[in-house]
Amino acid sequence: MKRAIIPLVLLAPLLAHASANVQETLLENGLKVIVKQDQRAPIVTSQVWYKVGSSYEHGGVTGVSHVLEHMMFKGTAKHDPGEFSRIIAEHGGEENAFTGRDYTAYFQTLAKDRLAISFELEADRMRNLTLPEEEFLKELEVVKEERRLRTEDDPESLTSEQFNAAAYEASPYRIPVIGWASDLEHLKAEDLREWYRKWYAPNNATLVVVGDVDAEEVFALAREHFGPLKLEDLAAPKLRAEPAQRGEKRIRVKAPAKEPYLIMGYKATALGHGAEDWEPYALEMLASVLDGGSSARFSRELVRDSRVAASADAGYSAFSRLPGMFVLDGTPAKGRSVEELEQAFRDQIEHVREEPVTADELERIRNQLIAAKVYERDSVFYQAMQIGRLETVGLGWPLVDEYVEHLSRVTPEQIQEVAQQYLTPDNLTVAVLVPQPMDGKQPRRAAAGGHARVR
Amino acid sequence: MFAESKPILAALCGVLALAALSSAWAGPKIETWQTSSGARVLFVAAPDLPMLDVRVVFDAGSARDGGRSGLAALTGAMLSQGAGEWDADAIAERMESVGAELGTGAQRDMAWVSLRTLTRQPALDTALETVTKVLAEPRFDQPDFERVRENTLVGLRRAEQDPGTVGKKAIYRKIFGDHPYAADPSGTQESVAALAREDLGDFHSRYYVARNAVIAMVGDLTREQAEAVAERVTAGLAAGEPPPAVPPVPELAENLLEKVQFPSSQTHVYAGQPGMRRGDPDYYSLYVGNHILGGSGLVSLLMEEVREKRGLSYSVYSYFLPMSVRGPFLMGLQTKNEQAEKAREVLMETVRRFRKDGPTDEELAAAIKNITGGFPLRIASNGKIVQYLAVIGFYGLPLDHLDTFSERVSAVTAEDIRDAFRRRVDPDRFATVIVGPVQDQVAKARAASGA
Repeated sequence: MKRAIIPLVLLAPLLAHASANVQETLLENGLKVIVKQDQRAPIVTSQVWYKVGSSYEHGGVTGVSHVLEHMMFKGTAKHDPGEFSRIIAEHGGEENAFTGRDYTAYFQTLAKDRLAISFELEADRMRNLTLPEEEFLKELEVVKEERRLRTEDDPESLTSEQFNAAAYEASPYRIPVIGWASDLEHLKAEDLREWYRKWYAPNNATLVVVGDVDAEEVFALAREHFGPLKLEDLAAPKLRAEPAQRGEKRIRVKAPAKEPYLIMGYKATALGHGAEDWEPYALEMLASVLDGGSSARFSRELVRDSRVAASADAGYSAFSRLPGMFVLDGTPAKGRSVEELEQAFRDQIEHVREEPVTADELERIRNQLIAAKVYERDSVFYQAMQIGRLETVGLGWPLVDEYVEHLSRVTPEQIQEVAQQYLTPDNLTVAVLVPQPMDGKQPRRAAAGGHARVR
Repeated sequence: MFAESKPILAALCGVLALAALSSAWAGPKIETWQTSSGARVLFVAAPDLPMLDVRVVFDAGSARDGGRSGLAALTGAMLSQGAGEWDADAIAERMESVGAELGTGAQRDMAWVSLRTLTRQPALDTALETVTKVLAEPRFDQPDFERVRENTLVGLRRAEQDPGTVGKKAIYRKIFGDHPYAADPSGTQESVAALAREDLGDFHSRYYVARNAVIAMVGDLTREQAEAVAERVTAGLAAGEPPPAVPPVPELAENLLEKVQFPSSQTHVYAGQPGMRRGDPDYYSLYVGNHILGGSGLVSLLMEEVREKRGLSYSVYSYFLPMSVRGPFLMGLQTKNEQAEKAREVLMETVRRFRKDGPTDEELAAAIKNITGGFPLRIASNGKIVQYLAVIGFYGLPLDHLDTFSERVSAVTAEDIRDAFRRRVDPDRFATVIVGPVQDQVAKARAASGA
């Protein structure tokens, strides 16, 4: 296959940042510690990533990873409920946590001389959470409110939740991160205890530190605080592979709303899942051809030229633990129907299956990728996020500095090939939000979900 | 180690600058000057990364809509849809082909155009040339205007699906009455539908002028280069005049209540009143006091009372939004419908008690440690610093605002906070907005409680 000509020589100085300033070590109890030195500001961000999230869950306890994330702030033998946050606040820190399909992560950003505070607290709650019943019952109510806020009362989010549940049969990506309403209703503190025991252990975690710190000192500090923790016998999650889809699926979601909304998803692949590595990268590039900015095809052709869409998005991630979907979503423009938008999306997909994308489009995306790689260094938090995420889905942190090159090597022919292979009618699920009157006195009922919940 | 293709000298300067910085509470070194056309510039040299952030702000927010609600926002949105010889496609292509990011927007006080670009060529020249035209020569072509207006109307209808947004718009109307701050910057179905492209052209000529502009810049430029960039970006702007001051915000005469029927599973509660302005003499007392009351996320008093103790809401907060004239003091939460009234009572009781008693010494000490200890985080990135520069320049805050910030926060006493809250927060003049399906029940309970 022909390779595009890439000015890699020119890129080199900008991308040279690379892994030279990243160091890692493995503690005896299995905790991986990754440190990236960034001396631009006298701060440090510290993140603990656990390999657990909604895609590890099973029916009946959906949402348990996220509820447990909330409960991680509710005390250990050594620290009372809420004390974690109070101590971090007193030291001027910013902190929070988030749960996704593939991970649960906790972070603090602090002045660089306060890293020990964060380590002491995180090490403590990695194995010593008390999970008191009374705190659990209160916090469960908070999570139910969060579900109402983010899902029940947001018709597009509700549509997205039902879309995922319809598209995936066996894959645990069908599970909403926040959990089904009924499972939350019946969740028990004992479910959390079991989940905590099973997954919260040094050998199932990655500690990522980015900031104005010395790697050897951080390793020593990590050994001091996390070193004594006991490891756990881990059972890898079962595969639960998605069976091949055998024909298009369609659902309609009726909810009080003013505007329709359309989601179309094609089952795809991910890095490390059978297919050759260039395939997920080609799908990433295809998503950028369609929706990588205001000059990409969707903005240009669907919003500005044919004016069929008020908004139109394309999304895909090569970097997930399990294969996900290549997803299109959008809202029709005024006076245009959701059927017209669907046809426009189908025409766009047909076009990329039939004709290779142009060299100019790929050149533009490469320049965006290179610039974004520079811009991301303005944030220690984001740098740590990238390391933590790639490590936690099993791809390894060195990819943080390599993926731009992988993407840059993708050719127009490869993009056409993945479009032909994955973006097929039989591989498609379509969900349409059908707006219902909003003047009814009945509160909304039902359930939905993005992929990450912030506490 | 810094490993990019940067002369060693520049990298060293960066390290030295930061070393000096970390020794105290000093902010970044701000340089300021005026362009020949009369725009004020605030610049911070940041040589560590080969990139530049520019934020050009105008006193051209929705407070200047002049009864045509949504005008400032639509004008901002149209800037990138055609300028000089380029249409929207050409502008997007020029920026994105060099990896540059262009943003536009308008809130109540400010309208802005933001740029992030690499400082290597041809990126820098291409991006600056484009932004210069976008600022000075927007085309406001009729077909593009109609498209953006129609899509704005779709956006407004989507916002009507969200009870939180519906409540937020209603509470501003309630707090500000006839004042220009009352209207949401996005406008309404009716007001946006009534806008014409000529309105946008007139608005642009009047307000997008050099003497009404502040240019904030952070990036890998020397002072000389920064001066040239500022000259270039404003080259096409007329000198013009800054607009007259925004009128003062009147007090609320009494408690006000609005119920909005909404088919949601939660009820959203907002309560507020006119708060403080930028440069307000009570700024630090109110800022630190509110930090304790409802501004410090998971550890605030409101969070403790509403969420941690009672599990009533996922989010609960209070804030003062200081603006050109008094912006809102606003509190909010959302909870399942049956317990909305209970949550509202806890909210109001907490603010009443805080106003009466003020903070404990421990609460104050913890807040001061949190705010001052977190200071390095506030200025840790170019992206954050450029926003501070825009605010300092726009509101005419002293250039040492960041340098003295921690010291002034530390000087606040519990008595300062009690005093300021008693004078500035009036428990008998709150506007309240309740959005949800059980309004009659809530209103009854509320009347019975005499609130």
